[in-house]
Amino acid sequence: MELLAFGKTGWGDELFIATLMTIAVSITAMLIGFLFALIFTPLKLSKNKFLNIIGNSYTTVIRGVPELLVIYLFFFGGSGAVMFVASIFGYNDYIEINAFITGSFAIGIISGAYSTEVFRGAIQSIDKGQFEASQVLGLKKFAYFFRVIMPQMLRLAIPNLSNVWQITLKDTSLISVTGLVEIMRQSYIAAGSTRDPLFFYSFAAVLYLLLTFLSMKLINRLEIKYSRGF
Amino acid sequence: MDISLMITSLPKLLSATVVTLKLLSLSLFFGLFIGLLFAILRLNKNIFINKFAYGYSYVFRGTPLLVQIFIIYFGLGQIEYFRSTFLWVVFKEPYWCAIIAFALNTGAYTSEILRSAFQTIKPGIIEAGKSLGISNKIIFYKIQIPVAIRQSLPAYGNEIILMMKGTSLASTVTLMDLTGVAKYIISTTFKPIEVFIVAGGIYLFMTFIIHNLIKFLEKKYSFN
Repeated sequence: MELLAFGKTGWGDELFIATLMTIAVSITAMLIGFLFALIFTPLKLSKNKFLNIIGNSYTTVIRGVPELLVIYLFFFGGSGAVMFVASIFGYNDYIEINAFITGSFAIGIISGAYSTEVFRGAIQSIDKGQFEASQVLGLKKFAYFFRVIMPQMLRLAIPNLSNVWQITLKDTSLISVTGLVEIMRQSYIAAGSTRDPLFFYSFAAVLYLLLTFLSMKLINRLEIKYSRGF
Repeated sequence: MDISLMITSLPKLLSATVVTLKLLSLSLFFGLFIGLLFAILRLNKNIFINKFAYGYSYVFRGTPLLVQIFIIYFGLGQIEYFRSTFLWVVFKEPYWCAIIAFALNTGAYTSEILRSAFQTIKPGIIEAGKSLGISNKIIFYKIQIPVAIRQSLPAYGNEIILMMKGTSLASTVTLMDLTGVAKYIISTTFKPIEVFIVAGGIYLFMTFIIHNLIKFLEKKYSFN
């Protein structure tokens, strides 16, 4: 137990901060994923064939390729890509991107592909009459999307989004390969310096279980809130 | 775009694909048995057995696969007593550690898939078997299991694809699977995009094959 003490003698405070880091990366990745979903869901639902292909290839490629491979692409290719863009604007120095940004982007793109599928399914399962009714009422496109479609879609999407959240949370463990100090990386460091991998990795497993358990509780509340009246 | 690198790395990546496929097939094979066992335990009326099976699937589905591999590969070797048993022959190899971790992980997901399939079997089918005077054991093996397998095919197809992506984690315990070799080539040539296209293409191709295979099986064993 003294291994988990706070302060200089134990790893308690380090693991606590690492847990906060895992939560921060997961939330950032999830939000980046929503941004991607916001772009790609309309593309997937579009009647234009070309836009459709773009939307479909995003979700197919990302969901068919291992997460670790995507992370390696971002880890090794991220700063190169940014430097390339910077060189167009005449900036030629070396740019290093922060591991947090690379990691959240890599996981965000993955989580975005899953979110896109969830939103597409939710929008498609909304009754056609709703669309027609809002057109008949002469609602502007903006109002009709945010006032009519969105609330109904959220209710349908939340249970599946909670699955996406679980996947995203677990995927953040893979960012440890890039050196970002989250739960997995911190456990790796602690296990290496104390030569007690069994304890630290088991403790990491407990932390992840705790995170998934608590977030499930929270999401269940949201679910109840959004399904009022049903 | 370095086309020549893509061509020269293709044979290396293809031979690493064999490792990935071996890992995948072995873990799915063992995972199916584990899944079936725990699905049956979940349906048991004894509350302790039931809770045990539930706990198993909860823990393995609630923690990242990476943690599970690390506990098995780095963690178990730490126990002195464990190293003196015959099991150590298996557990000292990263290859088998990875397979055990994958099998336990996919077993947890498979048990959930099979359990829900067992629960959605229409009682009429079982009653029909009973009224024909078939024994409970034979009803289970010859009626319930085949129907449950058919019911769970679509979900199991997804699980196979997820597991195929999961095998990429074998590269974290020194195994040179497709992702491991891809990472090695990227870190020696610093050409991530080219290697990603080739390795990702191989993974996508495998996804495509699995997807169609499952679709074919679904059609073949459909009820109507």
